[in-house]
Amino acid sequence: MEVALDWYLALSAVMFTIGVLGVLIKRNAIVLLMCVELMLNAVNVALVGFSQTLADPTGQMLVFFSISVAAAEAAIGLAIIIALFRNKRTVNINDINLFKH
Amino acid sequence: MALASFTFFALAIIAVASAVGVLIARSPIYSALSLILNLLCVAGLYLTMNASFIGVIQILVYAGAIMVLVLFVIMLLNLDALPSPRDIGWGPVAGFLFGVVVLMQLLYVILVGFDISLEPATPVMTAETGSAETLGIMLFTEYALHLQVAAILLLAATIGAVMLAQRSFE
Repeated sequence: MEVALDWYLALSAVMFTIGVLGVLIKRNAIVLLMCVELMLNAVNVALVGFSQTLADPTGQMLVFFSISVAAAEAAIGLAIIIALFRNKRTVNINDINLFKH
Repeated sequence: MALASFTFFALAIIAVASAVGVLIARSPIYSALSLILNLLCVAGLYLTMNASFIGVIQILVYAGAIMVLVLFVIMLLNLDALPSPRDIGWGPVAGFLFGVVVLMQLLYVILVGFDISLEPATPVMTAETGSAETLGIMLFTEYALHLQVAAILLLAATIGAVMLAQRSFE
């Protein structure tokens, strides 16, 4: 069985859905960030698959920049989590409701 | 070709299994370790697509730098596993249903796309388009401005992270 683009796209869809489920279900802010990384990765797989299939390196440039944006996002997100933890002593997103009051 | 498809399916199964492991692990440290396994499998998948440059970047940046940062923060905060809720509320159920809907939608789009011929390049998935040489030439000519902007973004993120982490509210 030849591994075609469709298999990579199906894998990407499944991984993206697992990431969405994690963001919806998990309560730990750090795990939430990790699930966002999972979704970014799934999209990257689809982009590289298209790029390699169509022999157009532009998609891989987009993946390169998306990885650098993901690095920035992880740094800022973890810094926010550290600041929140100092303030509230928890990372459970059910207990973090600073905007509610 | 049989070996290539075997590699793909083995890596894909490990990737999906470790992605599920991120969800079902109780402790965040096990989630992080599962995610590292997932990222390494995705890097292997890039290599099966002959995208060697992106595969190496994936291992260096994602599985190396970002996950070390995440593990370091987990260590720093010294978290216990959150107590699992005794009663499953409607929240996770609704989340699961929504996730299934998203998956159905994505797979439907892919199935519809089976008919659309994209006219793949011949030979498909060559090592040439994924090599560091091709991408490097593009990066420093056509995308030079984008590269500078990405550098400024990373600088701003570094400064912002330091400011946020050392600041105490009130």
